[in-house]
Amino acid sequence: MSFLNYLVSGLSLGSIYAIIALGYTMVYGIAKMLNFAHGDVIMVGSYVCFFAMMRFELPPVIGVLLAVLVCTILGIIIEKLAYKPLRSAPSLAVLITAIGVSYFLQNSALLLWTSNPKVFNSIVGKGSVNIGALSISYVTLLTVGICVVIMIVLTTFINTTKMGKAMRAVSEDKGAAQLMGIDVNKTISMTFAIGSGLAAIAGVLLCSAYPTLMPTTGSMPGIKAFTAAVFGGIGSIPGAFLGGILLGVIENFAKAYISTEFSDAIVFGVLIIVLLVKPAGLLGKQVNEKV
Amino acid sequence: MIKSVKIKDRIEKSVLTYISVTAVFLVFFVMNMTGALSSKISGMLVPICVYVVMALSLNLTVGIMGELSLGHAGFMAVGAFTGTSVTMMLSDSVSNSAVRLIIGMVVGALFGALIGFLIGIPVLRLKGDYLAIVTLAFGEIIKSFFSNIYLGTENGSLRFSVLQNNLDLSEENGKIIIEGAMGIRSIPKTATFLIGYILVMICLAVIFNMIKSRTGRAIMACRDNRIAAESVGIPVFRYKITAFTISAAMAGAAGALFGNNYSSLVASKFNIDTSILILVFVVLGGQGNMLGSIIAAAALTVLPEALRSFADYRMLTYAIILILVMLATNNPQFRSFFEKLTGKLKKNGKEGGHES
Repeated sequence: MSFLNYLVSGLSLGSIYAIIALGYTMVYGIAKMLNFAHGDVIMVGSYVCFFAMMRFELPPVIGVLLAVLVCTILGIIIEKLAYKPLRSAPSLAVLITAIGVSYFLQNSALLLWTSNPKVFNSIVGKGSVNIGALSISYVTLLTVGICVVIMIVLTTFINTTKMGKAMRAVSEDKGAAQLMGIDVNKTISMTFAIGSGLAAIAGVLLCSAYPTLMPTTGSMPGIKAFTAAVFGGIGSIPGAFLGGILLGVIENFAKAYISTEFSDAIVFGVLIIVLLVKPAGLLGKQVNEKV
Repeated sequence: MIKSVKIKDRIEKSVLTYISVTAVFLVFFVMNMTGALSSKISGMLVPICVYVVMALSLNLTVGIMGELSLGHAGFMAVGAFTGTSVTMMLSDSVSNSAVRLIIGMVVGALFGALIGFLIGIPVLRLKGDYLAIVTLAFGEIIKSFFSNIYLGTENGSLRFSVLQNNLDLSEENGKIIIEGAMGIRSIPKTATFLIGYILVMICLAVIFNMIKSRTGRAIMACRDNRIAAESVGIPVFRYKITAFTISAAMAGAAGALFGNNYSSLVASKFNIDTSILILVFVVLGGQGNMLGSIIAAAALTVLPEALRSFADYRMLTYAIILILVMLATNNPQFRSFFEKLTGKLKKNGKEGGHES
């Protein structure tokens, strides 16, 4: 039965990775850039929720909404200040800028909130549901549930709304989209806003499941979620979902059956193997380069 | 005509680099000998050399080859652990500490090159962001490997285990070298500034000669336009892996020097922060500009020590500098602004020349 327990906690971790990975994959699909700072937006979201709940004693729901709001605005500001001026720059320059933004957020958090870890109280109670020998905590249920809801809402949004259509158009061909009267800048801002808002939710869920909050809390899950996005095929929304879940399950099984110390190495090893076999990821589209 | 002028320019640039590095070295070497330097500064001379070599090595990958490596600290870790293990093992058989250190650095460089070659085979087939993230993954794998291995010697034979200390070393003959997460301890500090300087000069010579050679031209052609380079028959992959291996070898040698400069060595030092710090040196010094890398690496290693009170804001400042440099060099508006500015200066200079 312990196998099932590991599987369930893997699914929970995987759902968090999937929500973060959605942010990476949407931004990559539309702006063709790797937003390295995404992981640190998670951390900011967690801190906002933490302070809202602990310092101002607001109910958890308000805390989460506040975190989403702050992160959405933060995402838009980052995009405007750091990435927009580099729209036509080589990808290396954009990636280095994104690393700079990531370090900026981390170190600002370090100065503002110090490196002392804060204990995050779960947004739902500590109880759990028992089915036979299998026990599923409320946090796990909530995480998996929210992940599924986000997945459904996002897919519907992308496929049916006007904005979603614009996003798909921009990701396919920026120039042509602009000629068709789509406001490319607005679409990219919108993508960053959605991605960052999702990051805030992921941050709150992450800290509810693993309750230590530090300025570096977001960086490792961020890198792993990016790995998940690449794993599933970057730019593809179902890919991010699949990659996230698989990565979480692999990581938990590696921790349980192989070794805790090597679990990160195993996760990265899987990424490397996948990229070698399928360079575009599991569900990614192989784009041939035109000369 | 134009071509010969260009080659002359480049030779002058490399000569300028050699001369300025040597001059600075001599000044500090003499000051160190006469005891004019505070212990704080003289303790930083070797780390400066290490970071200069790391910056040069990464500049070869990022500046000359045009591929972003985010796992460069991994190669440094390979060199540091293999090189330092070798110097520890030889501490009884080789009495001269400089010879021991040099053997350690050669071993570090060889292992660095080997790992660089092995990692390069899969990594260099990828492109752009994917390549960057896979180097990051490899860097993390190397780090967690070195924090989970145990290595010891007993009666001249080597014992090795992973994850748990299963070495069963005897009390009197056994000697543990790498002890898992605690790394290597009680290392005799044998690194010297002179050897550091020699390493910097060797790396400079290798890089400058490579840039001028067929390999260097081919690599730069791939950087500027891979498809064009491939279509004129340049075996892109072969040249890239050559450069990547050389870069990893340099990082390995620097790691070995680094390991032998401190009394203890832990794998967690070689995390992504270190890789990014080195990247900051390269970006700040200018991609492809070796002298720039040297100055940036030396300055940014000394500055935080010099400005202790500023230490809290150091990484924040690095982050802002990184963003601003990227915006200034890559944003069309910024760039035209700077060009106007420098154009005006040049014009003024020329006019001034006419008048006098």
